[in-house]
Amino acid sequence: MELFVFIVASIMILGGAIGVIVRSHPVHAALSLVLTLFGVAVLFVSLHAHFLAAVQVIVYAGAIVVLFLFVIMLLGVDRTEDISIEPITAQRPLAVIIGVGIAAIVSAAVVSSTDILNRKGDGLDLTTVASPDANIRQVARSVFGDHVFAFELASVLLVVAVVGTVLMARRISAEEKGE
Amino acid sequence: MSTMISAIEPTTSWYLILAALLFGIGAFGVLVRRNPLVMFMCIELMLNAVNLSFVALALSLDDINGQAVVLFVMVVASAEVVVGLGIIVAIMRRRTGMTADDLTELKG
Repeated sequence: MELFVFIVASIMILGGAIGVIVRSHPVHAALSLVLTLFGVAVLFVSLHAHFLAAVQVIVYAGAIVVLFLFVIMLLGVDRTEDISIEPITAQRPLAVIIGVGIAAIVSAAVVSSTDILNRKGDGLDLTTVASPDANIRQVARSVFGDHVFAFELASVLLVVAVVGTVLMARRISAEEKGE
Repeated sequence: MSTMISAIEPTTSWYLILAALLFGIGAFGVLVRRNPLVMFMCIELMLNAVNLSFVALALSLDDINGQAVVLFVMVVASAEVVVGLGIIVAIMRRRTGMTADDLTELKG
């Protein structure tokens, strides 16, 4: 059963990722991105990270993709990119080498250390049937306990990002320009 | 036969190799695509690959901190998307070109 879930989610993830890089229309690329993000959320569930799966669907597939679609609509939906032309000589072959190389190197490292990776312990609280909120309790204890300073810094980062974006995106009025 | 297949369980290595493939596809997309929006989407693919490997290793190594780190990665990714899309909108309002090759004003 777990194997079946993994295979279906992998097909979703890789198919969506390939859709993002081959579709010339930005809206189609954004919708392929949704497929990939949902596949990752499915794998989060099968890895017992229920809270992160919910956050993945709400924040990524919900908010971030909608933001992408908003900007695509704002800039004009009918502008498709001509992906047949290659502006820099030998850009595609070099990019293929880099992409395949990264995947191959990481895969080789994973395969060569399989015996370390496959051991399973019981440090995570996986009793989801007895207490359905075990995962969210553990995550909360980690975030608000060990990492509370990083949590506060994350809130500062979000405020700075929002204020900076509002400053950047507003129109400069005429009298400000005149000074 | 079917019981034999169902007895196979995906191990941590499978998740990590899937994450590596996803990262490779994302890196290829950033290098090849010229629409800045699609380049951002490919960066999201790479971030998701890293998140997937973090969660897989959190289960494998019995450490909840892996999941806490993923939460922070998501926060930083959303802030990055907000700022990046703001920059793209601010640039595209002043010019007509849609690809990254059109943004050559800073060329020395």
